[in-house]
Amino acid sequence: MDDLKAELLAAVAAATDLAALDEARIAALGKKGRLTDAMKALGALSPDERRARGQALNEVKDAVTTAVEARRATLARAALAARLEAERVDVTLPTRAERAGHLHPISQTVDEIVAIFADMGFALAEGPDVEDDFHNFTALNFPPGHPARDMHDTFYLPDRADGSRMLLRTHTSPVQVRSMLSLKPPIRVICPGRTFRSDYDMTHTPMFHQVEGLVIDETTTMAHLKGCLVEFCRTFFDVDDLPLRFRPSFFPFTEPSAEVDIGCSRKGGELKLGNHGDWLEILGCGMVHPNVLSACGIDPQKYQGFAFGMGIERIAMLKYGIPDLRTFFEADLRWLRHYGFLPLDMPSLARGLVG
Amino acid sequence: MKFTLSWLKDHLDTDADVGRIATALTALGLEVEDVTDRAKDLAPYVVARVVEAFPHPNADKLRVCMVDLGQGEPPISVVCGAPNVRTGMTSVYAPAGTYIPGKDLTLAVREVRGVVSNGMLCSAMELGLSDDHEGIIDLAADAPVGAAYAAWAGLGDPLIEIALTPDRADCAGVRGIARDLAAAGLGRLKPLAKAEPVAGTFPNPVPVHLDFPPEAAGACPLFLGRLIRGVRNGPSPKWMQDRLTAIGLRPISALVDVTNFLTMDVARPLHVFDADGIRGGALTVRLARAGETLEALNGKTYALDPAVTVIADAHGVESLGGIMGGARSGCTEATVNVYVEAALFDTVRTAQTGRRLGVESDARYRFERGLDPDFVAAGMDYATRLILEMCGGEASEMFVAGTPPDWRRTYTLRTDRVRTLGGVDVPAADQVRILRDLGFHVTEGEPMTVVPPSWRADVHGEADLVEEVMRVVGFDAIPATPLPRTSAMTRPALDARQRRTASVRRAVAARGMEEAVTWSFMAGPLAARFGQVHDGLRLLNPIASDLDVMRPSILPNLIQAAGRNADRGFPDAALFELGPQYRTPEPAGQQTMATGVRAGLAVQRHWSGAPRPVDVHDAKADALAALEAAGAPVGNLQVTTDAPDWYHPGRSGTLRLGPTVLARFGETHPEVLDLLGAKGPMVQFEVFLDAVPAPKKKAGTARPLLKLSALQPVVRDFAFVVDAATEADRVVRAVRGADKALVADVAVFDVYQGPGVGEGRTSLALSVTLQPTEKTLTEAEIDAVGQKIVAAVAKAVGGVLRG
Repeated sequence: MDDLKAELLAAVAAATDLAALDEARIAALGKKGRLTDAMKALGALSPDERRARGQALNEVKDAVTTAVEARRATLARAALAARLEAERVDVTLPTRAERAGHLHPISQTVDEIVAIFADMGFALAEGPDVEDDFHNFTALNFPPGHPARDMHDTFYLPDRADGSRMLLRTHTSPVQVRSMLSLKPPIRVICPGRTFRSDYDMTHTPMFHQVEGLVIDETTTMAHLKGCLVEFCRTFFDVDDLPLRFRPSFFPFTEPSAEVDIGCSRKGGELKLGNHGDWLEILGCGMVHPNVLSACGIDPQKYQGFAFGMGIERIAMLKYGIPDLRTFFEADLRWLRHYGFLPLDMPSLARGLVG
Repeated sequence: MKFTLSWLKDHLDTDADVGRIATALTALGLEVEDVTDRAKDLAPYVVARVVEAFPHPNADKLRVCMVDLGQGEPPISVVCGAPNVRTGMTSVYAPAGTYIPGKDLTLAVREVRGVVSNGMLCSAMELGLSDDHEGIIDLAADAPVGAAYAAWAGLGDPLIEIALTPDRADCAGVRGIARDLAAAGLGRLKPLAKAEPVAGTFPNPVPVHLDFPPEAAGACPLFLGRLIRGVRNGPSPKWMQDRLTAIGLRPISALVDVTNFLTMDVARPLHVFDADGIRGGALTVRLARAGETLEALNGKTYALDPAVTVIADAHGVESLGGIMGGARSGCTEATVNVYVEAALFDTVRTAQTGRRLGVESDARYRFERGLDPDFVAAGMDYATRLILEMCGGEASEMFVAGTPPDWRRTYTLRTDRVRTLGGVDVPAADQVRILRDLGFHVTEGEPMTVVPPSWRADVHGEADLVEEVMRVVGFDAIPATPLPRTSAMTRPALDARQRRTASVRRAVAARGMEEAVTWSFMAGPLAARFGQVHDGLRLLNPIASDLDVMRPSILPNLIQAAGRNADRGFPDAALFELGPQYRTPEPAGQQTMATGVRAGLAVQRHWSGAPRPVDVHDAKADALAALEAAGAPVGNLQVTTDAPDWYHPGRSGTLRLGPTVLARFGETHPEVLDLLGAKGPMVQFEVFLDAVPAPKKKAGTARPLLKLSALQPVVRDFAFVVDAATEADRVVRAVRGADKALVADVAVFDVYQGPGVGEGRTSLALSVTLQPTEKTLTEAEIDAVGQKIVAAVAKAVGGVLRG
């Protein structure tokens, strides 16, 4: 009996694949298997012999059955392992191309500016690029023939049938005019957009972008202008102690007028923003001229406020270290991919404004 | 505006150094652009004597010089290659450690072919003083050996350059700048004794007539003339030449230098005529006559028109009023009798004339900003006194034509206005002092009454007075007060349309397109290929001939950009721009567009599969994505095949909502590619964002309730054979319409033409999803829907089930 058991178990253990295992199982437990035959032969024995031998045969049968199942699991694992090994691929191959697009730095910068001024209660205002003389100059207190008009290098278009002189706006101030004409104080608007001046060299392009801001109410002073711009510059440039310097200047549409410098260092030919003792001019501003308020239908005896304006490319170049203004408009894929921003990188004060 | 420190000190009694003065100027609004302090820059350079110069033992072209530095030490050796170096010469020496600006190097002690060279003998170019590098500086024998060279040579006068804003005509003269500095506490303004009246000793023999039509009455309100006879015109004295040379003006002769000097000193341009050249013995100030010309002092001849103010004699024009004199009657070394003019000319007319004729001059710069109307006679006397001092002669009485304009204007200033507008608290007494120091006449009270001085035509009201006080106090005194919040929580800054535009930009970029920003203008002939260019959108003064019209489409710029990228080796461009195109000059004629192009391969060559060039369906997908981000109901759009002729006629489409065109897409027309120098394959789209309907104002933010069916959808496939010209969209619509309640989705999964479907026929394979809502569908019910679908397709397009 022990010999039989050993023989059958050896046959199970010797099976190297599932088919061989099945053969061994059938040879032992099948209809004509060795154990089945032995079971059949029990009828010829005496009851005592039958009981004893039957018990022994059942033990052998259990042992063989257990061995078959164990062997089957082992062989199945080995078969799976062999299949998986056969399915091996080269995972160092490059993935399928998924090209990410980018936003132009001007768009991202505008979104950053809007995020900051939105928090100070400003609304976004826009207006047309093709303007008339009234909105671009006259309403902004540029007297006819004044040399300040010369400074603007205006692009002109043919006069309209009603005689109004048409031009490409030289600043986004006409949007301020349109805002004052259409809104009632208190007003807080921020106006980004395309602007045009006939000038083309290393640091000027005939088209560029400006953002202007306007606040009109009964109590806003130049101290609020300073507070507003200090907050903007420090948040935008992400320099907590960035110093600002206000210098008296001249614009026809503001009185008093100021130019604003931010602190920087130019040591070693490298520009660095911060409290380093040197200054860099970045924007113009002032208190809205009473003549401008009058021209826009707002009572200058009752209302006052401030306006400011700055070049978007300029502050983007400063913030993101972009060296050449002209490259903004060349649509060079290498430049757009390098200086552009991923579409999910949406500026907000909550997540921060630094990429 | 340039001036030197010593020139400033002619008018300002101050002990402030140039650094303090520069800081104060910028704080006053007279922005300092540059301070050149050559005494500081050239401090190490000393006058030295070459005691002996002998040939270098080991080099033909070099000399060894023994140089005395005047310090009582023995001479030191310097190796020098200059051709003019010689024994006994006095020159300029720089010791080791000196930075040489002309060579951008720092000197070191070194050995030159066996001889030690201690420092260098220098040329004027090496000091950055001129282009002269013929040899080392050769000084007069009496130059003091050991002295600092720059100070001895008179280079020790710092040069200050300020950027003048157009309102500050008064600071176009050194005296105005000095006055501002005095008000800011940097010294005391000296009296201008030389402008005291000069009594004439004989009547003026050259009368002047002002002859203007009524409409040009203000062209020349005042003209003063005076003859000075018996002058000797030669070089002006060294002090005046130094003043002019220092700011870059070339001394000419005493008479001419006086006019240039007064222009810069007191912003009072004058003109000097050679009186013997005035024909007819009289001058007329009038408008030019058609056809008149003038050869001006700059040697150019100008054709004049009747808007130009001229000074003429009996035979013709002699001078352009306020801009430039004429060559014929100009003063020369031979001038004996000089006629001096001091006048006022209309600012606007002067500016327009100068601009039209293209003449820039120091006189025009000042006249168009406005001269001091109360300093005409004083200017004449100032000039007269200088001419008499330098050239001798005898002055006539002053001839006055016209009348001085009334410049006095009275404004009020509330004492709290500096605080309520400027945000700075300045005591009333300080406000009064500041305004008086600036020359304003102030009557104290509440409010104060203020009369600006004659030279401040730019001051026009209370806000200007506030600025005057503030700029003297300094803008640093303005506190930074946060803007008060208008609401506790931040409100949205964008309206619905602006928000949608922002979404479109990011949605299109997320599809792998790069956002570009290109010029709003382009070349007229190219623009014409993209629809008619409105005549009102052609620039009158384009900056370049290929940027002469406002773009009617963004496409040409993007197609050209894709072409440029391909030329650089990047053929697979995907570029878009979200911006304006211009159809009319009216605000409504400016359309906000999302426009894009894709070129080259949409799917790159890759180990995993075949490459695929861009095709019309890429552009269609882009357009639909942009429209969806813009909030357009993309499920309800119709596609028509009528895109304009800058698209491939058979591979393009228009997306419409009813009659409204929302977008176009398709392959770029091959002619357009040729015209713009780009290569295909290229596809393009144009989305009209302004045409997308505004979102409906819904009550609240809730979306419609979602009803999910517990029942499984059933998918059945159909293949229809249709005429090859049948558009797939019509078949899909027919299927959708067959049972609107049950048909939830229809997908086209195969399009086949070829054997088995017949000539001129197409097989369209559709996968139709049926979504039961109430109970599971029986086979019989599914069959019934299938029959409705087959019938609907047969009715709509004559399609039959493929056998």
